[in-house]
Amino acid sequence: MNILDFINYWIAMFLLVTGLYIVIARGNLVKKLVGLSIFQTSVYLVYISPSKIIGGTAPIIVPGMSVYSNPLPHVLILTAIVVGVATIALGLAIVVRIHEAYGTIEEDEIHAQDQGTQ
Amino acid sequence: MNIADPQLALAIPAVGAVLIALCGRWPDVRETVTLATAIALLVVVASLAQLVFAGERPSVTLFSMLPGLSIALTVEPLGMLFGLIASGLWIVNSIYSIGYMRGNNEKNQTRFYVFFAIALACAMGIAFAGNLLTLLLFYEALTIATYPLVAHKGDPNTVRSARVYIGILLTTSIGLLIPAIVWTYIVAGTTDFVAGGILEGNLQGPAVGLLLGLYVFGAGKAAVMPVHRWLPAAMVAPTPVSALLHAVAVVKAGVFTIVKVIVYTFGVDFLFTQPSSSWLVYVAAFTIIAASIVALRQTNLKRLLAYSTIAQLSYVVMATAILKPLSEIGAAIHMVSHAFGKITLFFAVGAIYTASKKTEITQLRGIGRRMPWTMTAFTIGALSMIGVPPTAGFVSKWYILAGSFQADNYVALFTIIASTVLNAAYFLPIVFWAWFSEDTSEPDKQHGEAPVAIIIALTITAALTIAFFFFNGPALELESQLVGRQK
Amino acid sequence: MISSNLPALQVVVPLIAAPVCVLLRRGTLTWLLAWLASWSAAAISIVLLIRVLDQGTISYALGGWLAPWGIEYRVDAVNAFVLVLVSLVGAVIVPYARTSIGAEIRSEQHYLFWTAYLLCLAGLLGVTITGDAFNVFVFLEVSSLATYILIAFGNDRRALVASYQYLIMGTIGATFIVIGVGLLYLMTGTLNLADIAQRISEMPVDRPLLAALAFLTVGISLKLALFPLHLWLPNAYAYAPSVSTAFLAATATKVAVYLLLRFTFTVFGKSHVFDDLPYGEILLALSIAAMFVASLVAIFQEDVKRMFAYSSVAQIGYITLGIGLANTSGLTGSIVHLFNHAVAKGAIFLLLGCVALRIGQPALSQMAGLAKRMPLTAAGLVVAGLSLIGVPGTVGFVSKWYLVMGALEKGWWWLAALVLLSSLLAVVYVWRVVEICYFREPSKDLATANEAPLSMLIPAWVFVIACVYFGLDATVTSETAATAAKTLLESLR
Repeated sequence: MNILDFINYWIAMFLLVTGLYIVIARGNLVKKLVGLSIFQTSVYLVYISPSKIIGGTAPIIVPGMSVYSNPLPHVLILTAIVVGVATIALGLAIVVRIHEAYGTIEEDEIHAQDQGTQ
Repeated sequence: MNIADPQLALAIPAVGAVLIALCGRWPDVRETVTLATAIALLVVVASLAQLVFAGERPSVTLFSMLPGLSIALTVEPLGMLFGLIASGLWIVNSIYSIGYMRGNNEKNQTRFYVFFAIALACAMGIAFAGNLLTLLLFYEALTIATYPLVAHKGDPNTVRSARVYIGILLTTSIGLLIPAIVWTYIVAGTTDFVAGGILEGNLQGPAVGLLLGLYVFGAGKAAVMPVHRWLPAAMVAPTPVSALLHAVAVVKAGVFTIVKVIVYTFGVDFLFTQPSSSWLVYVAAFTIIAASIVALRQTNLKRLLAYSTIAQLSYVVMATAILKPLSEIGAAIHMVSHAFGKITLFFAVGAIYTASKKTEITQLRGIGRRMPWTMTAFTIGALSMIGVPPTAGFVSKWYILAGSFQADNYVALFTIIASTVLNAAYFLPIVFWAWFSEDTSEPDKQHGEAPVAIIIALTITAALTIAFFFFNGPALELESQLVGRQK
Repeated sequence: MISSNLPALQVVVPLIAAPVCVLLRRGTLTWLLAWLASWSAAAISIVLLIRVLDQGTISYALGGWLAPWGIEYRVDAVNAFVLVLVSLVGAVIVPYARTSIGAEIRSEQHYLFWTAYLLCLAGLLGVTITGDAFNVFVFLEVSSLATYILIAFGNDRRALVASYQYLIMGTIGATFIVIGVGLLYLMTGTLNLADIAQRISEMPVDRPLLAALAFLTVGISLKLALFPLHLWLPNAYAYAPSVSTAFLAATATKVAVYLLLRFTFTVFGKSHVFDDLPYGEILLALSIAAMFVASLVAIFQEDVKRMFAYSSVAQIGYITLGIGLANTSGLTGSIVHLFNHAVAKGAIFLLLGCVALRIGQPALSQMAGLAKRMPLTAAGLVVAGLSLIGVPGTVGFVSKWYLVMGALEKGWWWLAALVLLSSLLAVVYVWRVVEICYFREPSKDLATANEAPLSMLIPAWVFVIACVYFGLDATVTSETAATAAKTLLESLR
């Protein structure tokens, strides 16, 4: 078994962990969202890469083509991308509101302000 | 319409509570409603009693609570007796409450009467419960309904004591009684009260003793040591609450639960064959002696009575645990005789407080001359606690002793004799000081008897204490049905 | 025609109503529309439940595309019960919400609130009703995104931070779920839950499947706030508007629990999950930790809403405890507690909303004397509080009864003892509230306050009365729950 056979999964997992690390390690709320976006993107690879057959085409019957890729995961990931975009958009909108309310988007400064008001 | 219906016994005080709440603005109407409710309840309970005397067991299933488990009422001799005491003494206690609450200008009197009526409804539910689940439901409801009564004054000290009260009662019932009932349900497949018990053949060996322990300590209202601390704490309540609830309804609900479980869930004969259940006599005996010794050291009258109650409750538990027909009768009768005696004592203490604001034993010197009625009643109550004829206390002690002889149980015999001495040791000095000692109170604190309503109430209960010595036939007959049905 | 399309309408009605709200823009009109949509959803769910109990599982092919190619809506006893729960709670809250959000949210934003509310409702119903794994994810995100908005509506600026935190954790959870679903799809080649279950039962459990189970469990646990993944919950509940808190506390976590049930029992199957893996043990350990740690933390909270938010984490522990037991009684207890806890917590948060209407979000000390000024509110809090403790005669007792029975049937004494012991912690925090409400002189905030208007009190008291009614007559709820539990345990293996 060649380790490179699973190169697509290796890449996906690398992106996944990278994204998760950014979410946890960064204090800047926008950077956290960037991490979250990378994290979500990695999942797209998990779906798409196994369903793409090299040399395969879209599943439309045309003469001369006998190899087709599975369209279903592609469709699913289209949906997931939409969901992801919506999430990031909402997240950024909330960050804007947080900036209006606190004057900062650094997590520790927000935390300090909250402690002060209590 | 047939009034001999256990549902009515629950409905009357419940409806009464609503009416009292509605009449809250007019104290006279409110108290009339209370009295009328109490009388109506007694009528219903008495008509039920006739049926039970005739050997009937009126029963009704109210509704199904869980699949296969319903809320059901069944009237049997033991519950009948408990129902009779609680409802009968409620009338007397209501008269007393009127005098006491008005005499002391207590606040929130409507709340007081409302929760009192609810507590009585719960007590009726416990008395007539047809299965363990119903018993548990009303048992907990009684705990909750009496909490506002205990915390009535509402000052921080009272609230703290009330916290002990609710804390211990909820802890024991949730922590021990509920698992006991679930366990019973799992092994027996039912929680119904059946003459002769439901556990025979379903449970063996040490598990029996363990289950018994869950029940005895789970019924925290019985105040078997070490779960007795709530009772002295509950003494912060107004005296009518201490009198009816913490000498009669609530505490009797505890020992009633234990007796009922032993008779109808375990079965006396089955339990007698199980050596793992014998510990109960020792624990009860210890409670009797220990509580009496603690009572000796009390200086506050109500706390003294509370510890005396703890000891007397364990008489009932011990008598049941002897597991002989005569002792079971003794246990049931002791619930009655202690009720009469102890309510009289509390009435007297409340009367003293209302008239003079005295709460300590040392303040009672020579008080007999100022309050002759009150102190006569107190003396009768005290004699009944000791078990001197011609008072009610003698009758029940007689049966418990007879039962101990039947079982050759010398621990029980010794305990009864020792505690009689102890009882005398803490009650007689008070009686002596009250009658034969010089009055030391200051001249500006002159006082006479308490209000008339109070005097009427305590005279009635004192008379009952003596009357029960002579006319205890019906009660004995009723309870002999209890043991007669199972040899 | 309509009757055969009920499963679709269940989701479509609130889903269509949501964008219409944006078009209407007028506060009152949108409120009426929300009322209409939520009450019809409730009616539909009740019809579905009756039909399922009567005739067994309903399968509905969305758009006429048959499973496993199309998306199947599949209603059995388990999700019919959850559908009723979610839509009923949604329906009762709508009339309440008008006054409450009137005080807590600027009036020009009301139509947005209702849009988010209806989307959230549609999402939750969709997650519950669908029989398609990817559809679960989509609806979960619909409801989650709407939830973040509902929380961010809070007056306090901390609501924004709470919403943001929840967004991060919720998205991580949802993404984990997608990974799990993706792995399942790769292994089985289908997305239909029943189909996946069928195929898993025929194949050995190898590593990708275990990984799928792990991703799904962790993802769903984030959503249901299983200890220690509950960190988003207290702040989100504490700072969201009262209506949002009540709605989310009663429904959102419950739907996540349903998902956990669905995946562990129906899809993977009891024998794979519970017999071959220490899954039950892990769940039990976390549940016990939740019951104790969260209750203890609740005892030391000063903010009343936060206190009950922690109590929610503890109560979720009871629910997952029943799942961990994986026997009929335990599972019945767990499912019935979904309903019972929803009712009790719904009541509490709605009543706290009544208090908030008068004095703003209350700290415990500000509740002093509540019983004098707002007697009905205080009395309702006591009843619902007793229900959290599990006093007989309230819904909490019914759940505890089954959970204790489930533990004892397995011979696990210690577990029964722990369940009851943790109930006693609830006594402590509930009684703190009771004492302050009843035995203190009214605080200066409450000095001039009076009862909340009836439009708020009545819905709140509907929950309070349900606490007692379904505690006394629990045959309907517990029989439905028992049927659901049996359905889960019997599915396939």
